[in-house]
This record gives sequence, C-alpha cells and structure tokens, in this order.
Amino acid sequence: MNIIVVGLSHKTAAVEIREKVAFAPTQMEKPLKAVVALPDITEAVIVSTCNRVEIYATTRDVAGGMARLKRFLADYHNLQLETLEKHLYSYHGEDATRHVFRVASSLDSMVVGEPQILGQIKTSYGYAAEYKSSGVILNRFLHKAFSVAKRVRTETKIASSAVSVAFAAVELAKKIFGELSDKTVLLIGAGEMCELAAKHFINVGVRGVMVTNRTFERAEKLAEEFDAKAIRFEDLMDQLPRADIILSSTGAPHFILHQKDVHDVLRRRKMKPMFFIDIAVPRDIDPKVNDVENAYLYTVDDLNGVVATNLEQRKVEAAKAEAIVEQEIGQFFKWLSSLEVTPTIVALRGHFDEIRKAELAKTLSGWKDLPPGAEKKLDALTNAIMNKLLHQPTSLLKKSEQGNRNDLYVDALRNLFDLDVAGAPQDNMMDLDTD
Amino acid sequence: MNALLFNSTLVVYAVATAIYLTYLVKPKESTGRAGQLVTLVGFLVHAGFTLTRYLAAGHTPITNLHESLSFFSLAVVGIFILFERRYKVYILGSFVMPLALLILAISASFSSVIPPLNPALKSKWLVVHTVMAFLGYAAFAISFGVSIMYLIQAHFLKKRRLGPMFQKLPPLDMLDDISYRCLTFGFPLLTFAIISGAIWAETAWGTYWSWDPKETWSLITWFIYAALLHGRLTTGWRGRKAAMLSIFGFVIMLFTFLGVNLLLPGLHSYK
Repeated sequence: MNIIVVGLSHKTAAVEIREKVAFAPTQMEKPLKAVVALPDITEAVIVSTCNRVEIYATTRDVAGGMARLKRFLADYHNLQLETLEKHLYSYHGEDATRHVFRVASSLDSMVVGEPQILGQIKTSYGYAAEYKSSGVILNRFLHKAFSVAKRVRTETKIASSAVSVAFAAVELAKKIFGELSDKTVLLIGAGEMCELAAKHFINVGVRGVMVTNRTFERAEKLAEEFDAKAIRFEDLMDQLPRADIILSSTGAPHFILHQKDVHDVLRRRKMKPMFFIDIAVPRDIDPKVNDVENAYLYTVDDLNGVVATNLEQRKVEAAKAEAIVEQEIGQFFKWLSSLEVTPTIVALRGHFDEIRKAELAKTLSGWKDLPPGAEKKLDALTNAIMNKLLHQPTSLLKKSEQGNRNDLYVDALRNLFDLDVAGAPQDNMMDLDTD
Repeated sequence: MNALLFNSTLVVYAVATAIYLTYLVKPKESTGRAGQLVTLVGFLVHAGFTLTRYLAAGHTPITNLHESLSFFSLAVVGIFILFERRYKVYILGSFVMPLALLILAISASFSSVIPPLNPALKSKWLVVHTVMAFLGYAAFAISFGVSIMYLIQAHFLKKRRLGPMFQKLPPLDMLDDISYRCLTFGFPLLTFAIISGAIWAETAWGTYWSWDPKETWSLITWFIYAALLHGRLTTGWRGRKAAMLSIFGFVIMLFTFLGVNLLLPGLHSYK
C-alpha cells in the first residue's frame, strides 16, 4: 500500500488559485466520500487552509491514484485540469511522508514555525475520522505526523521567538511586565500595524485598552471595534499615567510625546515602568524618552531588528527540525512495509512452526519406548494440523490483497500474534494529542 | 561527624552552583530541576551540620565568624529555596547559589574549633538576636542578587541588546517584585534584631545603646533599607534606582557584619 499526496500551497499557487480549490470546512463530508469512492483510492484525508489544499490518500496504483486525485480536484471545483495542473505537486512513498511531516511541523509554512498549521491538520483529520474516509494507514500516518510535530516543537526552538513586529512587541512587553493581565494598552492614532499589535495584546489578555485620536469620532469607532475606551486627544496627558503600554502611530509631523512629558507621567505613576512602541514615520515619540528612568522606547526599526534576529534563529532551528523529520520517516516506513501481506504470512507461519517444533521436541524427549517411525509420523501430524489451521486465514489474506481491508487484517494479525517486525513503531496510535 | 557534614555541604553547594551556572549557559528544564534538587539536599546537610554543632556546643552556633558565616549561608539557601518555589525561575539560582557557596567557603577559612562560650554571650537572647539578624541579612543578600539581575536586564532593554542572555533572564517587574519582597521580609527582621540587641545590651552591659561600631553600622544599614522602602512607598523608588540602593545596602550590611568584626575594635568583635 502506498501513501500519495496531491495538492498546492502558497509556494506553488497564488491566492487567486488557492481560493478556487479550497474546501469549506463545514462541508467536508461530500468531498471526502467522493475521494474514497474513486477507484484504487482506499483512504483519504483532505487538508484545506488558506495557504494550502492537499489530499492525502492510500492507493495500490501510485500513478493512477495521483492522476485521479488531480482530476478530482479540478472536476470538483469546476476548473480546467490543464490550468490547475501546473500549480499541483504530487508525492508518493518516502517523499509523501516527508512532505506531510514537514507540513505538520510547520517547516513548509509561509512563516516557518507558525503554530496554527498543526491544529488545522488535526481538524482536517477529525473530519476524515468522522466520515470514516481514513483507515489503518492514514490514522497511523497522521498520528505519527502529529507526534513528529510535537517533537519538533519541544526539541527545537523553532516556534519560540516572535517573527512579526506585532508579536515582537508583545514578547518585549512580557519581558518588562511579566504578566500582562493587569496592564493597560493605549493606542494613539490609528494605523494597520498599530491595530494589529493592539489585537495581539488583546489576544494575550490585557486588562484594558484605551484609544485616542485627533478626531474623537475615529477614536470612538476604533474603541468600539476593540471593546476599548475612547479618550479625547486633549486629555492624553491626563490619561497617560494609567497606560502601561503605549502604541503610537499618528500622522503628526512632529513629536507628540517629549522627554519631559514622559518624565512627569512616570513620576505621577510612582515610576512604574512604561513601554512605548513608536510605529509612526515620522516618529511620534522623542527618542530621548528612552533615557527616562523606567521608560522603554522601541521604534518600528527596533522591532524589525528583533524580528530579523529571530528569523535567523529560526533557520538554525529549522535545520534541527529537518533532521528529526528524516529520522521519523525511517521509523514510519518500517511499520508501513510491515503491512505487506507476503512477509506477514511468512512471519505467521514461522511463529506457528516454532511453537509446533518446540512442543514436539518437549514431548519426544520425555518419551522412552517410542516405536520406530513414530517420530516422523508425529512430525507429519502436527504439521498437518498447523497447515489446516492456517489455511483459511492465509488464503483470505492472499485474496484480500487486492481488496481494501487487508491492512486492517495484517495490522490485527501482527498485533494478535506479536509478530516481530524489526523497528516497527510501538507507540500507541490512539494517543491523539489534543492540545 | 561535624567536619564531615560541613565539607559535604561545601561540596554539594559547589555542585549546585556548577549546575546553576550550566543552566545560565544552556537553560534546560532538566538542568534547572537538578539544580533545585541538589540545592535542597545541600540545605538539609547544612541544617544537619548546624544541628550537630548546636548539640556539640550546647548553645546556638552563631558565636564566631566560622559559625555565623555558615549560618548566613544556610539562611540564604533556605530563603532562596522558598523564593524559587514561589516564582519558579531557576535562573535565580545562577546568581544566588554562587553567593551562598562563597559565604560558606569564607566560613571554612576560619577555625572550626568550638571555643568555650564567651560569658557575655551566655544568654537566651543569643538565639533570638543572631537568628533574626542573619535571616534578615540573608533576605538582603537575595535582594542583592536579584537587583544585579535587574540591572543587567534593564541595561539590555534600554540598549535593545536582546541576545540569548536577555531571553533567559526573567521579566523586569518580576525581579523588582522579588527584590521588594525580600526587603519587606528582611527589614522587620533587622529591626527586631536591633531592638532585641538593645534589650540584651541593657541586661548584659547595663545600657541599651553604647554606640559601639556594630551598633552604629547596624543603624546605618537600617536607615538605608528604611529609606529604600519608604521611597518606594511614597515617591516610587523602583526599578533601577531601587536595585542600585539595594546593592549599596548589601555592601554596607556586609561591612556591618564582617568589616566591623575584623577591622573595628568594639564589644561585638567576635572572631
């Protein structure tokens, strides 16, 4: 049985193409059932995120299976296969395994190390499990992918540093304040990056947000969006002592916060630290503010510097992650190849024969006055019994090799009789990690 | 037995220090936990040493520099264990354990012979006065270590040098908080140590206060920490200023403890 992958991602297709091929998360039953109904396709999982659409499937016929999946993607979305095909990639065998392990570990993401992708694949797998389009192989395959991703996350620092300006601001705030749950954020002015940063702060859970703008109406509008408190620009100096984190991005041509203002504000709040983030160009906050005791000022360039360093760090960590992926591929393949029918039959017969011979030897050694020729006859007898017992399961296994259920049988046999497959993964496939 | 326990403590503290310094270079959860465990073992052995010494001497073993430095070190480690449990930051150990080891090593350089008890010290006040003083000193010592961490971290943030060391150190506010808690713990102890000392002086020497160097310097130390706490509560002496004052206070405190005993002759010069 082979694992194949067909799909497209941000690396091969622009968003205009990706959005046409995407599957709605609420309607996964129909496409999943359609894929497993295709000839030669036995199991299927569909992953559809804003950055990638991929089908993982098992098949006996690699080339035919891939062609069918490609045709399915085009037909299902009413697209021309010819136009779609140049954006599609397809993998089988070890390459397919590597691809999926890398995707789950966020090594193939637009921002390497971003944590969402693992959850998205888990959700996709959840649909496949719900509509029973995945079976023994894909179940084990995806659980393996999840555990690889978990290993990568715990053994490397791939996701431990902020790689966006907004996140970097949050991380820095945590380094100053520790807990942010009792801290207040003040937004001065509006701007895309400023609002994004504010959203990140709200996500990690700050106590409150205040918004101010030269036009009070705009402040009110933004305040509504963030569930924040709008304050008048004239009241800025009165309200400033209440803010711990200040995000500023006004269009003012000159500084709106000076060293002396900040000095006074800090005295009024008993020198409790303040974190200023100046995202405006030209700048809003006098750089000398950084010289004020317990005030920390970062500009957009400083934050970009943090992000650049972190991205470099991620590259180093990504190399470690790739090594983990390679290691795990080998393990998974040992298990996958153990699902082949012929070696399983050989192993099963070997297991029975071993028991037969051992028991026979035990009996004969304690038997003194054995008539001549009896030894041979006993051997033939036990052999015949064994063959009779094994006949039915063996022929069923051979017959099922063409069908869809043999992986289930083979896996069950391996487990029931503890047939040793060197190096096969022993991890419990039911421990679906649900974090 | 006594020497064995003392030397074992030295060795275990040295191991704990080595582990915590390794943690500083390569912070791994397992390393931190190992440091925590070894420190706890060291503390228990150290407490065992102090107990056997008490039994052997028949009085509180804080009567000369060997004993009092050892007790100082024990108190530092004990309070550190409490704070590490509370804040769960192993890196604290990288700054506190070397200090505890150093204090104990200095203690080792003084004679460990148990001398006959100075008759002036034969009093139930001995235990109250010395234990409180040294617990207070230990709290100030930890505040000192944490304040150094604060200054390093604040420097990184101001200069925007956000390297690996910056990543390892705890948030500024947490350091500020630990330091403050140490002071609120140490200051009342120091206060009671001075008061109990005065009462003892009255019974032993017939006067509450005789301006002996130890008394004078204790009072100076007390004023520094009082100013620090007062400033924090009223005008907000926190952050860098508080950290620098805490470091200054610790240096003066060390002089009160060691300098006075070794350099200035007076009623308290127990060696």
